[in-house]
Amino acid sequence: MSFDLENLVSDLDIRGAVLYFKGNVDSEIINRALDLVEGKLLATREAPRIRKKVYNVLVESLQNLYHHADLVPRGYHASRPDRYGLVVMDKLGKGYRVTTCNFVSAVHVRELEEKLTRINRSSPEETKELYKEILNHQEITEKGLGGLGLLDIARKTGHRIDFRFRKYDNQNTAFRLTALVATE
Amino acid sequence: MEPIIIEGTPKTPSVKFDATEGTFEIKGRSIPENSVEFYKPLNEWLDNYMQVPLDKTVVNIRLEYFNTSSSKCILDVFKRLEAIHKSKHDVEINWFYEEDDEDMLEAGEDYDSIIKVPFKMIEIVE
Repeated sequence: MSFDLENLVSDLDIRGAVLYFKGNVDSEIINRALDLVEGKLLATREAPRIRKKVYNVLVESLQNLYHHADLVPRGYHASRPDRYGLVVMDKLGKGYRVTTCNFVSAVHVRELEEKLTRINRSSPEETKELYKEILNHQEITEKGLGGLGLLDIARKTGHRIDFRFRKYDNQNTAFRLTALVATE
Repeated sequence: MEPIIIEGTPKTPSVKFDATEGTFEIKGRSIPENSVEFYKPLNEWLDNYMQVPLDKTVVNIRLEYFNTSSSKCILDVFKRLEAIHKSKHDVEINWFYEEDDEDMLEAGEDYDSIIKVPFKMIEIVE
């Protein structure tokens, strides 16, 4: 059986998820996903503090896919090769978990891994200072500011960001990122 | 100078910049994929206002959500206000945050620590 990004989330109950999407993450898909999740959080009367954190983490996660997902490998089935990814948001007893998967060019893997490892090793105060440093001193590009979205997710969740890579071929790696917004 | 008045959308904030009153407001959600495109005309307008600012400028920021791409553009707005403040004109920045929204309060504190203009943090109690 050929590889599918869904293989990276085989441990998740995607049928019972609050949100599940796989495909090209364009602006319209982001709008629809945010509307859907916000509606569900309002319907379940989730506390405003949690609702806002979840919404913010989802915005950054979806826009990470929009801006940073590398092209899908040649031969992989996708209607378009760009902005291709998968997102699952599920509710656990301890909070809301947002998981995204996408392809990363092999040449970008080390940099991304180092960035995430640095974030996970930082204290909340160090994460805050790094965020401010990038905000104040880096120039913005059409893709945003390097790594600010990941730092924002780390600050808003207060948890380490779980991530894993799986080699697809010599040029491409599949990548999974998971953030948890705790409700306790 | 003609004022800037922009209606809000689900992804972009409402904006009211009035040079005759010296009151500026950004309100709502700022989560577009391309924030630079949205904020560029605002910062260009401020570049003109900076040439002849009023003695007092009052800025109200009432954001519900903003993404990291907007955060840099908002900082660029504040840097222009900082330049007005440095030129011996009074600038007041009011940063509104909803009750219990510790993340929005913290975001205001981040800007306050970067920009040398006094921020007033105002909690909105529902």
